[in-house]
Amino acid sequence: MSDMPIIDTEKCQVCGLCVSVCACGALKVVDNTVKAVKTDDCRWCTLCELVCPYGAISCPFEIVLDSDQE
Amino acid sequence: MPIQMDLLKSIPYFHGLSDSVLALIGRHVFEKKAERGEILSFEGTPSDVLYFVVAGVVKEFKISADGKEQIFRIIRPGDSFNEVPVLSGGVNLASAAAMSTVVLNGIKKKDLENFIKEHPQVALNLVKVLSRRVEELIALVEDFSFRHVSGRVAKILLEYTGSAGSANPRLTQQEIAAIIGTAREMVGRSLKNLEGEGAIKMERNRIIITNKETLKEIAGIM
Repeated sequence: MSDMPIIDTEKCQVCGLCVSVCACGALKVVDNTVKAVKTDDCRWCTLCELVCPYGAISCPFEIVLDSDQE
Repeated sequence: MPIQMDLLKSIPYFHGLSDSVLALIGRHVFEKKAERGEILSFEGTPSDVLYFVVAGVVKEFKISADGKEQIFRIIRPGDSFNEVPVLSGGVNLASAAAMSTVVLNGIKKKDLENFIKEHPQVALNLVKVLSRRVEELIALVEDFSFRHVSGRVAKILLEYTGSAGSANPRLTQQEIAAIIGTAREMVGRSLKNLEGEGAIKMERNRIIITNKETLKEIAGIM
C-alpha cells in the first residue's frame, strides 16, 4: 500500500479544506481529526498540502537517481 | 438561505462595520454553490459580481498557449475574487475554478458601489485588500522576472538525491520553496518544466532524475 500525505495534528485546525479538495477521498474527518485513509487511488496531487492554511499537511517527495544514471 | 452575519464579519471587506450596516449588506449578498472543477469566471470576460469564498477552495489561474496551467492564487474562505472586472469595468484577467465543492457569497457591482459611497470604511477595507493583492503579485512577478527558479530547484534536487531503494531524505514542494526563497506555486511549475526538459520524471511521491547531466546544466553546475 502506498505512502499517504502526512498530517501534523498539532498544526491542524480541522478546517476541512484539504478534505474538500481531495478528489480520491483519502482524507476524512474522523472524531474531529483529519485522517489520511490508505488508498492506492491517491495520486499525490499535493492539492491538500497546497490549500492548507496552517501548513499542517505535507506530501514529501523522495528524490532518487534513475538506475542508469548512477 | 439567509446570509450568516458571522461570515460577513469575517470577510476583510466588511471589517469594522456595525451589525446594522452588515445586516443591510447581507440583504444584497446572495449565495452561490459550485462543484469541484466548475469554472466560476472566465479570463477575458466581463463580470458584475464580486465573490467571497464562504466554504471550500477556489483557484485563480491562467492557461498558456501550450496548455500549461499557472495558478496565481489559492482563494480560501474569507478571500474574494473578480475584483478587476467589478471595480474597473474591464474583463477578468484570469479564470477562477472551484477546487472543491464551494459556497460563495456574491454582491453585485452596483450594490458594492453604493456601499462604498455610503460607508467609507468599506472603501478603506477595499484599499487594504487590494494592497495585499499587489504585494502578492509583485512577489510573483519578481520570481518570474529575476529569479531562475528552475535552476535553483534543479540544484536542490541534485543536493538531495539519494539512491533508489535506500532511506533518503524527503522534501515537500513547500520545503523546496522555503529553501530557495520562492512561492510554492513556482516550485510546481519548475518541476513541470524540468520534466518537460527530460531531466526528471515525476512518479507519484518520487522525483526520479532521468538525466543528471541535463539537470546539472540547468542548475548551472558543469
